Amino acid sequence: MSKDNDPYLKLDHIAKSFQRGSTTTEVLRDIQLAIADGEYISIIGHSGCGKSTLLNIIGGLTPVTKGAVLLQNREVNSPGPERAIVFQNHSLLPWLSVYDNVAIAVNKVFSGRKSRAERDEWIKHNLALVHMSHALEKFPSELSGGMKQRVGIARALSLEPKILLLDEPFGALDALTRAHLQDSVMEIHSRLKNTMIMITHDVDEAVLLSDRIVMMTNGPAATIGEVLTVPLARPRDRLALVSDATYTQCRATVIEFLYARHKAPSLVA
Amino acid sequence: MTLASTGDGYAHASAPAPATGNPGKVLNSAAAVSPAFSLSRRARRAWIWTLQNALPPALTTALLLLIWQIAFSQPGASLPTPSIVWSESKDLILQPFYWAGSQDIGLGWRILTSLQRVAVGFGLAAIAGIAIGALIGQSIWAMRGLDPIFQVLRTVPPLAWLPISLAAFRDANPSAIFVIFITSIWPILINTAVGIRNVPQDYRNVAAVLRLNTLELFFKVMLPSAAPYIFTGLRIGIGLSWLAIVAAEMLTGGVGIGFFIWDAWNSSKLPDIVVALVYIGLVGFVLDRLVSAAGRFVTRSATP
Ligand SMILES: Nc1ncnc2c1ncn2[C@@H]1O[C@H](COP(=O)(O)OP(=O)(O)O)[C@@H](O)[C@H]1O
Ligand SMILES: [Mg+2]
Repeated sequence: MSKDNDPYLKLDHIAKSFQRGSTTTEVLRDIQLAIADGEYISIIGHSGCGKSTLLNIIGGLTPVTKGAVLLQNREVNSPGPERAIVFQNHSLLPWLSVYDNVAIAVNKVFSGRKSRAERDEWIKHNLALVHMSHALEKFPSELSGGMKQRVGIARALSLEPKILLLDEPFGALDALTRAHLQDSVMEIHSRLKNTMIMITHDVDEAVLLSDRIVMMTNGPAATIGEVLTVPLARPRDRLALVSDATYTQCRATVIEFLYARHKAPSLVA
Repeated sequence: MTLASTGDGYAHASAPAPATGNPGKVLNSAAAVSPAFSLSRRARRAWIWTLQNALPPALTTALLLLIWQIAFSQPGASLPTPSIVWSESKDLILQPFYWAGSQDIGLGWRILTSLQRVAVGFGLAAIAGIAIGALIGQSIWAMRGLDPIFQVLRTVPPLAWLPISLAAFRDANPSAIFVIFITSIWPILINTAVGIRNVPQDYRNVAAVLRLNTLELFFKVMLPSAAPYIFTGLRIGIGLSWLAIVAAEMLTGGVGIGFFIWDAWNSSKLPDIVVALVYIGLVGFVLDRLVSAAGRFVTRSATP
């Protein structure tokens, strides 16, 4: 096997069990996936199947039980700024202003490489990317949910991560804000060409944003059921896609997987 | 973790109200009528505020003084009435800062001496309590092992520490300071430990992704996150310090407010004691407000 053929990010036979007292729950079993540099991957699956667990494993926050995560052929098993995470609930530090929430990340990661002035500019640049320049001195408690999520995205982007991990980043938002942020993320992705892995349970969001959609089976012992390639050209326009045949077909495939073949466990009974 | 629950809403402290525009600014003659209007409205609001907040305590105080006066005004009463307190201890009330010799000084000076001891004892307790509490809060086993011991120690009354303290230090002043320290450290320590224990996993995850080192993690994430708990502990601690200093000074002597009471008792000057009690109460109240305000200031933005 030559090095050039090795994937950028490889999930190599990952399994995860949680031990609680004497009971062991197998959450993930034999996850195998190769992800190319710059690819946009969505992970979709029913609630509780283990999506967040998988993302945290890639992020290095949760250790694997079996298998390994290989980034450019090197095993990663601890968290680091090259795999930035946008958390499901934004996870801003409430005692820091918007600016300082990004600054804590930038000042830590770029302290040796950028001057003070460059860091200041970089912080403001990233907040401008998510259209938050007007609220630099605001505190998280003064922001709406969508704004907090945007700051969380800016903080993650400011790390210049090789891989951006997004855990249901738009889950708690209203439809309009959600669409706006999806557009922002698409725009950022096209500009920075970084690798994105996003958890969602919104079928439209998955089809609109992704190069490939990873569909997970239901837990316990969930695994990858199917991987769908979305052959839509970029940039994508949500309005034009509404009536696009390929879009509709991709959408149908995911829905069929989720609601016909792998119904939510609670709905089966 | 009983003490943590006595927090009285630091975490819910509301953000400061946005500053309102300066109503006194007159830009043109048409607007000239509005400042006068808003001024009178402001005055009315201030009047209403006074009515609502100052009047009830003033009335109840007057009523209590009246009851006290009536209850002890028959001849041969065991305690002095307010009017006797006033006539016999006027000097103490009106001149808190007179100085006429080493033991003939105003109550203000005595309070300051006591406050100085409290500052040292409580300051040390705050530093040690936060540091040890933070260490213990990191480990579930340290907490399980030590918490019962702390819960027992924190119920030991201040004066019970005094003999041990005197034996160890052989000097009144460090003994008094030690008593304050040992009395006030437990709530600070226990609350800090609980606060550190309760730092949300989310914040720890953020720190982990950034690879913050131990010191950065502690000062940039743990301490600010635990601040509301820590201030609850500090507030309980300062109250206990003030309880302890008066008790300790009664036995160790010197120029503190506690010894003054003991001295007044020995020379049967009950009115003086009454005045001293009022001083102690007021200072304790101010200390509590100060720590509470500091807590609100520090955690002002951390409302979730
Ligand atoms: N730390 C943990 N300890 C024990 N069980 C866990 C832990 N984290 C997650 N789980 C279990 O793993 C399963 C998958 O959780 P999660 O990855 O959060 O699902 P999803 O994000 O797909 O909704 C759930 O059944 C959950 O109870
Ligand atoms: Mg999840």
